[in-house]
Amino acid sequence: MSTTEPAVELHGITKRFPGVVANHDIDIEVAAGTVHAIVGENGAGKSTLMKILYGMQRPDEGTIKVAGVEVALHSPSDAIARGIGMVHQHFMLADNLSVLENVVLGAEKLHGIGGRARRRIREISDQYGLGVEPDRLVEQLGVGARQRVEILKVLYRGAKILILDEPTAVLVPQEVEELFGNLRELKREGLTVIFISHKLDEVLSVADTITVIRRGTTVDTVRPGDVTARQLAELMVGSELPVPELRESTVTDVPVLTMDGVTVRDATGRAVVDDVSLTIHEGEILGIAGVEGNGQAELVEAIMGMLPLDAGVIRLGDTELTGMATRRRREAGIGFIPEDRHRHGLLLESPLWENRILGHQTRPPNVKRGRRGGATGGKAGVLIDRQGFRSDTERIVRDYDVRTPNIDVTAASLSGGNQQKLIVGREMSNDPKLLIAAHPTRGVDVGAQSAIWDHLRHARAEGLAVLLISADLDELIGMSDTLRVILRGRLVGEADPATITPDQLGSLMTGAGEGSAA
Amino acid sequence: MIYRLFARSWTRTLVAAFVALVFSIALTSIVLSISGFNPPSTFQAMFEFGKEPDSIVNTLNKASSYYLSALAVAVGFRMNLFNIGVDGQYRLAAMLAAAAGGAWNLPVVLHQIVIVAVAVLVGGLWAAVPALLKVTRGVSEVISTIMLNFIATGIIAYLLNPGRLAVQLGPNNIGTKTISHSGRVPGTPFPGTDLKLYSLLVLAILAGIGFWFMINRTRFGFDLRATGLSQSAAVASGVDARRMVVMAMVISGAIAGLIGMPQLLGESYTYSLNFPTGIGLTGIGIALLGRNGPVGIAFASLLWAFLDVSSQILDFNDIPKEIVAITQAAVLLSVVVVYEVVNRVGQRIDQRHVAAQLGEVAA
Repeated sequence: MSTTEPAVELHGITKRFPGVVANHDIDIEVAAGTVHAIVGENGAGKSTLMKILYGMQRPDEGTIKVAGVEVALHSPSDAIARGIGMVHQHFMLADNLSVLENVVLGAEKLHGIGGRARRRIREISDQYGLGVEPDRLVEQLGVGARQRVEILKVLYRGAKILILDEPTAVLVPQEVEELFGNLRELKREGLTVIFISHKLDEVLSVADTITVIRRGTTVDTVRPGDVTARQLAELMVGSELPVPELRESTVTDVPVLTMDGVTVRDATGRAVVDDVSLTIHEGEILGIAGVEGNGQAELVEAIMGMLPLDAGVIRLGDTELTGMATRRRREAGIGFIPEDRHRHGLLLESPLWENRILGHQTRPPNVKRGRRGGATGGKAGVLIDRQGFRSDTERIVRDYDVRTPNIDVTAASLSGGNQQKLIVGREMSNDPKLLIAAHPTRGVDVGAQSAIWDHLRHARAEGLAVLLISADLDELIGMSDTLRVILRGRLVGEADPATITPDQLGSLMTGAGEGSAA
Repeated sequence: MIYRLFARSWTRTLVAAFVALVFSIALTSIVLSISGFNPPSTFQAMFEFGKEPDSIVNTLNKASSYYLSALAVAVGFRMNLFNIGVDGQYRLAAMLAAAAGGAWNLPVVLHQIVIVAVAVLVGGLWAAVPALLKVTRGVSEVISTIMLNFIATGIIAYLLNPGRLAVQLGPNNIGTKTISHSGRVPGTPFPGTDLKLYSLLVLAILAGIGFWFMINRTRFGFDLRATGLSQSAAVASGVDARRMVVMAMVISGAIAGLIGMPQLLGESYTYSLNFPTGIGLTGIGIALLGRNGPVGIAFASLLWAFLDVSSQILDFNDIPKEIVAITQAAVLLSVVVVYEVVNRVGQRIDQRHVAAQLGEVAA
């Protein structure tokens, strides 16, 4: 294989891009007929790099060679013409069209839209073992099958090099295995696969070569046999990893959050949260483990009052929350670190001090107190207190180490880690009794991660109850006093974080092990 | 340096407005030249006419209605709510307020207050209809407010008939019963002309101050802005989105109710067939031009009114005064584009500046 030209060569790729991580001096050689993984933390610059390779963005410097020939890619159609195809993380399929129609859409000239196209699709499907049936409606297909349609779409257009952007993010573990089987098949047929991911175990199991990207540049290229997942992770973050761990237990027997038989149904009547009962005590961190999309988001929204309950009761201390508005729940003492900070946690175009108010509109120091009522007892006034929250924003910036020149810059101009620290600081204000932390360290740098863990530990010691939801199993095991597993909206298992390993937890999450483990 | 200047949002607004103005003057000049007129002398004629005392009074009077109209629109815009129904709201409000003012004879001060209160109430209630449709049935407020404009026109046509709320005012005009002197607001004299300024111009100024205070200093204003910037974040923060829709719409309608008041109490004293129409739609453009801020809208409505008034001279020079519509349209279109560009550039500068101050590598 060393005699053949590399399928793709990237040399000195640099992309300047104000505000977000740019690429600089990226060097990658992808050998033909291999699965080449590109790993890096969220925001390390993987997506930018792939957009460059797929012609969606132009590099400021550097060269791209495909099969030894230097190319300039101005658009995705240029890339497709060179045999580069991309399977996006979010599928781009029309649900109400058949597989055939989806595949030929935009490529009608290749094999027409009728029998010839249908034969070609069958051929490709058989050749690579994709098992795609051209006449099924896409809406009848599961997630894994849709992804195979996406792959087939790219192959149909003649791609020899496939870019897969975080392909496993939407899959359950069995589907991941099937996908990897398909990838090996593609490789055997001589195609080249570029696989972007931040899930190290998956990368180690499927890739032939792994390139690590950190802060926008390539730091190393390794073979999966030579490294462990931990070494790879340290390459990714560039330093020793902080270790999530709790010291002595601070769990008391005072219940803070009690959920009893909570059920939430979606528009189609399916129970997305199904008969969930749990209790979190003062000083306890309860971790929820589960493959993404198994009801975690809905569980959080039910507690926050953003989704109505179909059955069950939620109590905070002695206060029944059921039916209470979101604002009242926050006033009752719930802090909320949302999963998607850009959608639910920040006003990106507003200065930091305005973001301090968000979620705390009715509480000091953000509002002037009503005329009646003393000290903090009075009803919240109508006016906001600019002096109050400006100085409180200064406090958060100081205490939570938010790196910013001042509090008048917009939230959008901060890095992800600093945005998250601002949110953590804000949600810890006003002495919450319960903190809902959904993926609190997702997409933040290592420094911010360890700071956020410190804050959680500290608040726990002071009696805060925390509901922790995370996709990072080490974080879940290390930071939880109690672990519950959620699968298809039901709490299916309980685990002892002191003894369980990530592997065991992983198999619980897929429903492989029933009941309690360890 | 450049960053310092660009850091303030008002500088950005100013730059954008200036660019838009230059562009629209250029475009108008091109159209004038093509049509065989001399652009500089045309503009000069407009300017000369526009700075006469008569014109200044007319401009200010017109601007007061425009200002209130744009404020009404801006309340909705601030939370991404499109109240296209300001037009129907103000006409219905002015008509019913005029009818009430003409029917009831009340002592001075109370009479005026009652008329304005009726207008505010009618405007608010009429705006509540699309708000309730939106929160209970999910009807888009854009569609429903446009349709309600036509319904308002229909209702006015029905009520403005002799035997219902109207009386014959002249051979070719009918209107509500004329409001007696106790309900009128005498105009303020202006040096150099017999025309009087509407004293209710004050109403517009007060509404502007109130608008600024509500948006920037109250909790409600914060919730409103937060909803406009990111509805999802606002809901997660505990803002009741449905309540906000109703509140914002009713406030918008209440302000819309004020639009006709300077004219009604200062000059017409009756809602007749020639009461000005279409101000609500003009307000949409002015709100856009003024970036939904009370100061920006003030400048925008003055510009609009000035163009309207000064273009009257063009007919005397055999230049079609519709040319001004081209200027206005060009201002609007370019300002939307330029604001967007300036905003993006500004944001990039912000981000780069933050990164530079923290000594991070382009990250």
